[in-house]
Amino acid sequence: MRVNMFQAAKSLDDALAIVTDGCMLVVPREVSGVPMAATRELIRRGIKRLHLVALPTSSLQADMMIGAGCVETLETSAVSLGEFGPAPRFNAAIISGAIKMKDTTCPALHAGLQAAEKGVPFMPLRGLIGSDVLKFRDDWKVIDSPFENDDPIVLLPAIKPDVALFHAPMGDRFGNVWIGRQRELATMAHAAERTIATVEKIHDGNLLEDPTLAAGTLPGFYIESVVVAERGAWPLGLPDHYAADAGHLADYARMAATAEGFAEYLARYVYDRRAA
Amino acid sequence: MCMTAAPRDFLPEELLADVIARLIGDVRHVAVGNASPIPATAALLARERGNGRPYVSLLGSPKNTFWTDGARELFDCAGQGRIDVFFLSGGQIDGEGNVNLVSTGEYAHPKVRFPGSFGSAYLYYVVPKVILFRTEHSRRTLVPKVDFISAPGVSEKNIHRTGGPIALVTNRCLFSFANGRFTLASVHPGHRVDEVIEHTGFDFDCPPTVRETPAPSPETLALLRDAVAPQLAEVYPQFARQVFGACVPSS
Repeated sequence: MRVNMFQAAKSLDDALAIVTDGCMLVVPREVSGVPMAATRELIRRGIKRLHLVALPTSSLQADMMIGAGCVETLETSAVSLGEFGPAPRFNAAIISGAIKMKDTTCPALHAGLQAAEKGVPFMPLRGLIGSDVLKFRDDWKVIDSPFENDDPIVLLPAIKPDVALFHAPMGDRFGNVWIGRQRELATMAHAAERTIATVEKIHDGNLLEDPTLAAGTLPGFYIESVVVAERGAWPLGLPDHYAADAGHLADYARMAATAEGFAEYLARYVYDRRAA
Repeated sequence: MCMTAAPRDFLPEELLADVIARLIGDVRHVAVGNASPIPATAALLARERGNGRPYVSLLGSPKNTFWTDGARELFDCAGQGRIDVFFLSGGQIDGEGNVNLVSTGEYAHPKVRFPGSFGSAYLYYVVPKVILFRTEHSRRTLVPKVDFISAPGVSEKNIHRTGGPIALVTNRCLFSFANGRFTLASVHPGHRVDEVIEHTGFDFDCPPTVRETPAPSPETLALLRDAVAPQLAEVYPQFARQVFGACVPSS
């Protein structure tokens, strides 16, 4: 039994205690509410050997966690800094072999998590056959569809993360979290064993009591902790709330181009709490 | 205040957007993926010309998406045939239409790593018109055989495939794609057929006469600069500033 899960005074550090070395952590794509304040906290704590699943892509978050040595396995369909260019620490780690890469394709990640949310062992997906993405995934299988003649189709095993972690506009004191139309956050939470949400603010009242808010609300029984982290997606944006900090992202791209510059970035923006 | 350009005075990006907008044709729903500013420009241009149709979904743009059921909805829609046009690029593209978004060299020990396959290993199979787009037209990018097949240009007969590539647009020319091969369809103004051959690493069919890609009309340029550029700035601010700088509000 988990009772009194939603003490509003819970610190980010306490909430993140369930993210342990070696666990499978699922995080959202760069425009869905990336928990950057929590990411910096995890890096400060020196988290290690994560199996990081980025649904379905990542940018700054995966690049920083890889550069800081937090990641053992990365499972995602792409990492880049978008308009700011390649993800330098990701690229360096792949070239040097510092991380194990499980290359995938966007709908395969969605399907694997959907299998987990339904409690079934696998999900079929079209496409993939003839792709080297399939060739290098020995955990995926091709079968003949049992419903058709000579119709090969790929089966993807359920992806069952230990923890889902994301940032959302608001939560309430009942542990409900309003995610709006970023429904992939619901898929993540449904699939994961436990979920931590950082939020911009606490909503006064119960999000599920207002029908216009309830439709965009993730019910509290999926959620382990809700923690307020104002501008918690910075320097990335939060949809409909604030835009990405382009100047900062350009600085990151420049600094992270070398290991030394990345170390300086961490020192300035992660280890020195006053800056972030 | 927009800079006024002479009628024949256009940027390469404007020509490419015009070419792609024509390839999009008369369809219901165009989707544009990550990091695709020129295809996004083209899709918005097609929508301006069609008075609001096709529907245009730009990944990463809150103002230009219809999705209310999460990022998977794009793929579920595509699987049903509800997406008519999509765009793919590649670190490498070969003559059979295979695209490589992963790495060069051996997969286990790559020389160069690209971001990753994104949705290509699925969407290439199920979107009827996939337009390949790669501005850098060189033997480095257009290769005899890709090092990693993120998504294959063609599939065996028994593989479920309702879509695939129809064309490849580069900074030098337009290729059409059919029956597993590219054919040179037109060469952009200022470029030549022998130059295209010299800089293409794969074999392609080349008809005896190849027309020049038509320059964008003054009407098209006006639409691009006055109507499309401000919309583009929401999702590709850096690109919109670089290409259409004078036309994009600074805030």
